[in-house]
Amino acid sequence: MITTTGLTKVYRSRGREITALDGVDLHVGEGEVYGVIGQSGAGKSSLIRCVNLLERPTSGTVTVDGQDLTALAGRGPRAGKELRAARSRIGMVFQHFNLLSTRTVQDNVELPLEILGHSGRARSRKALELLDLVGLADKARAYPSQLSGGQKQRVGIARALAGDPKVLLSDEATSALDPETTRSILQLLRDLNRSLGLTVLLITHEMDVVKTVCDSAALMADGRIVESGTVSELLATPGSELAAALFPVSGDASDPGRTVVDVTFHGDAATRPVISQLSRTYNIDISILGAAMDTVGGRQIGRMRIELPGRFEENVVPIGFLREQGLQVEVADRAAPTVADRAAPAVADCAAPIVKEGAK
Amino acid sequence: MTWSEMRPLLEQASWDTFYMVGWSAAIAVAAGLPLGIVLVLTDRGGLLSNSLVNKVLGQIVNITRSMPFIILMVALLPFTKAVAGTTIGREGAIVPLAISAIPFFARLVETSVREVDGGLVEAVQSMGGSTWTVVRKVLVPESLPSLIAGATTTVVALIGYSAMAGAVGAGGLGDIATRYGYLRFETELMWITVAILAVVISLIQFAGDYAARSLHRRGRGSTAPRLRLLKASPSPKSAEPLTGGPAKTS
Repeated sequence: MITTTGLTKVYRSRGREITALDGVDLHVGEGEVYGVIGQSGAGKSSLIRCVNLLERPTSGTVTVDGQDLTALAGRGPRAGKELRAARSRIGMVFQHFNLLSTRTVQDNVELPLEILGHSGRARSRKALELLDLVGLADKARAYPSQLSGGQKQRVGIARALAGDPKVLLSDEATSALDPETTRSILQLLRDLNRSLGLTVLLITHEMDVVKTVCDSAALMADGRIVESGTVSELLATPGSELAAALFPVSGDASDPGRTVVDVTFHGDAATRPVISQLSRTYNIDISILGAAMDTVGGRQIGRMRIELPGRFEENVVPIGFLREQGLQVEVADRAAPTVADRAAPAVADCAAPIVKEGAK
Repeated sequence: MTWSEMRPLLEQASWDTFYMVGWSAAIAVAAGLPLGIVLVLTDRGGLLSNSLVNKVLGQIVNITRSMPFIILMVALLPFTKAVAGTTIGREGAIVPLAISAIPFFARLVETSVREVDGGLVEAVQSMGGSTWTVVRKVLVPESLPSLIAGATTTVVALIGYSAMAGAVGAGGLGDIATRYGYLRFETELMWITVAILAVVISLIQFAGDYAARSLHRRGRGSTAPRLRLLKASPSPKSAEPLTGGPAKTS
């Protein structure tokens, strides 16, 4: 639905060049909720603004719903008629809502329809319909200043849907909201995605957002996409930073003579009581150092860090058992077994990078 | 001078002032609004970013604003003749008054429009709005309270300038105060004129503030705290909940 190839954006100011996007290839499938996550300055905002060409990419192409937008852009800074028509089919919601303070809620939702040239009656019918959809039918006559943050964002979403878009871009839509409201807005996005078949591209710096609504995710750093894929694909990728950040586990070995193992649950294995089976089968005591489990799309998914008695060499069989169960198993400090043998503090050092990723 | 002698003078002068200021203010708003908006749009990073146009217009505005009104009036004589057909009288004064007020108002418009949140512009662009749509649906409506305040300031400034229009025989209250009050030592008449001007300016300022504020209130909602310089005119619909108004008890 949305494809970018080799997208590059370079800002020039006072002779200095800042590369915000450095060859981004992104593919968002139809009907998907796709999250792009990254720290401030990673280029997320530039990326989403390039998708509807609010920012002109320096090079590369953007295709939305089979239409090459970069070809429509023309050379000048102004948007031509065709580009504007294409934009009207892409909805966008903003972190700070960007509602016109001098218009009522209903008039705000009608604004895109005014731009499209719909008649007054058709506009108000559509606007009321959309306000009903986002659960604000009773606020049509209110002004944005009389609404709470969550309500404002609902108006923003209703407005973004006015042009019957197939694609919704969400620029940090929940970053200015409290956790409770964030959840309800994400739920709304999820519902709209399901009921309207809406493709949603959202950028965020909150892992929770990705975990709650996204089918797929991409991690951005320094203008590049470092990792991308569906959430379960990411989890299945050994050493995935995004998976580690989505499901952070931490905890150090209590004794250098013990083995710390990270177990990733996804797919069918997540529903089976593998840990107690392991314990019973091999008659070993397992301590759980940390776990992050969640229900994504109705399925249990997550990671757990467990500690097995004895060194790695003594645990080859139980670890093999876990792998047999279809679980993905990583031994936390196996990368440097000699170091682990030498001194206990080194084990903590080895575990530290994983812990740090988890804390992000 | 008796009141019966003063009255026709004052009536004529008031009408002259009203006529000159009314027309020149209307022209200034009609031309200054687009000029101010163009200054914002053509500025660096603006929607129609064009540094050449921006610099040329900016310089014209600066030069016009830096000229003392009386000099401007003389410098414009040929232009006034061409436009109004005369260089004297009320019609002869309207042209220079308008020309001096256009850049004044344009700068006020520029400041007001610049205050509009860029996010709103981006939102309208993302809906497929053109630059013209942005101007019509965002920049002007969102800055309207501030634009009205600017127009009020412009009208008040024009009343001040119109006193100098007596130099081209245009009459008006300022002219009466100078010629009769100052040059002929009719102190009484001078004070009456000054009093009329003071009342007129107060009324204009009050009306402008009221209009700006009621628009602002509609937009920002009744919960936003407002700075009240005057204790007068408590809002008729001040039926807010008890928690609403610690500021109102003063």
